[in-house]
Amino acid sequence: MQLARKAWYIFDKDIRQEYKTRYSVNAILLFAVVTLVAVSFSIGTFGASPDIKSALLWIVLFFSAMSGLAHIFVREEEKHTADTLKLLASPTSIFLGKFIFNLVLFVVLQLIIVPLFFAVMDFSVNGVSTFLIILILGSIGLSAGATIIAAIISKASAKGALFTVLAFPILLPVIVAGISGTKIAVNESNIMAAASEIQMLFAYSVVIITGSVLLFDFVWKD
Amino acid sequence: MEIKAAGLGKSYGEKRVFRDIGFGLKDGQSLAIIGPNGSGKTTLIKILCGLIRPSEGILNYYGNGMKIKPDDIFAHIGLVGPYLELYEELTAWENVRFFMRMRNLENISDQVNELFEFFKLSGRETDPVKTYSSGMRQRLKYIAALLHNPAILFLDEPTANLDIQGIERVYQVMEEQKRNKILIIATNDHDDLKFGDEQIAVGT
Repeated sequence: MQLARKAWYIFDKDIRQEYKTRYSVNAILLFAVVTLVAVSFSIGTFGASPDIKSALLWIVLFFSAMSGLAHIFVREEEKHTADTLKLLASPTSIFLGKFIFNLVLFVVLQLIIVPLFFAVMDFSVNGVSTFLIILILGSIGLSAGATIIAAIISKASAKGALFTVLAFPILLPVIVAGISGTKIAVNESNIMAAASEIQMLFAYSVVIITGSVLLFDFVWKD
Repeated sequence: MEIKAAGLGKSYGEKRVFRDIGFGLKDGQSLAIIGPNGSGKTTLIKILCGLIRPSEGILNYYGNGMKIKPDDIFAHIGLVGPYLELYEELTAWENVRFFMRMRNLENISDQVNELFEFFKLSGRETDPVKTYSSGMRQRLKYIAALLHNPAILFLDEPTANLDIQGIERVYQVMEEQKRNKILIIATNDHDDLKFGDEQIAVGT
């Protein structure tokens, strides 16, 4: 209970900071819109199969996440508030607070990015519930992975480049399962058709969150 | 409260910052850590606060004769140092409220107001910290560090950035702290040294 409450307070503090600076929101949203416009101009002339559009959706989501989600820990290091946070909370509550912030931020931005992608790319899915489950589980996996990687790279000097390079192999299973699940959702309305992708994304999320909570103490201190 | 440190040392790779630091302190005692710039005073303070791990040595905290777990020590300590920044986008009050929440402090608005009054920041509570001068930020750090009435107060360069009035306030805090609790300061200022009953030199 104590852990959840402190994680909530950290989340609340980060939301207030983000509301006042809008750094991550702007970074993610601008990147997503620019990428979407660029993709729609290049693809729009000849049209693309739903398979390609499914892959493009997850590529846009992945790189949008890369552009903004690292900021959650980089900000603490650059503003020299990391030690303040270490004094006030256990590593687990810090990770959970930051993870929830990244997840909420990413999901809120998806509410803008995904409908925009559907409209601009003339994309549609038959299995709406399948697509939503894939999207939610993919968001949890991407946010959790991005949060722990952000903590790892926050002390490095070339943070931006290192974040994407480190994140790609770790988040690749999410992208692959997300693309595959979205392709299935385009053609199939039966949720069981994407059962293996859903299981994969669920298992990945559980493993990455559990692993992060266990390892965060070593990443965060020293 | 009681602190016992023995054989503390810190190295970064091949570079040794300091070694074999040991001391013991009980309530009503104070310690001044001295040493030239770059000797590791701040590193030692950070180790004592649990912010970084020592490369060698033993550090234990005791409360009522019982050993306190490392993760629980943060509830008993207050720290003011140049590397310990506040959230500058937030207002002073939002910062203090964050500290209060994280330390499970409720119904202490009177004490908080007294601290703002004591450190002459009354009327500026709702201003963003980024509009504060360096001296005002230092005063706000003291408010944040003293909210929970810490059993052990760590002060790294305690009077940095402060004007005469601010320094007098800090001296009052140090005097009060060392009366029946533990005070540990790291400083090169001769005026600050009088608050350390014992001294240990680092990097000499």
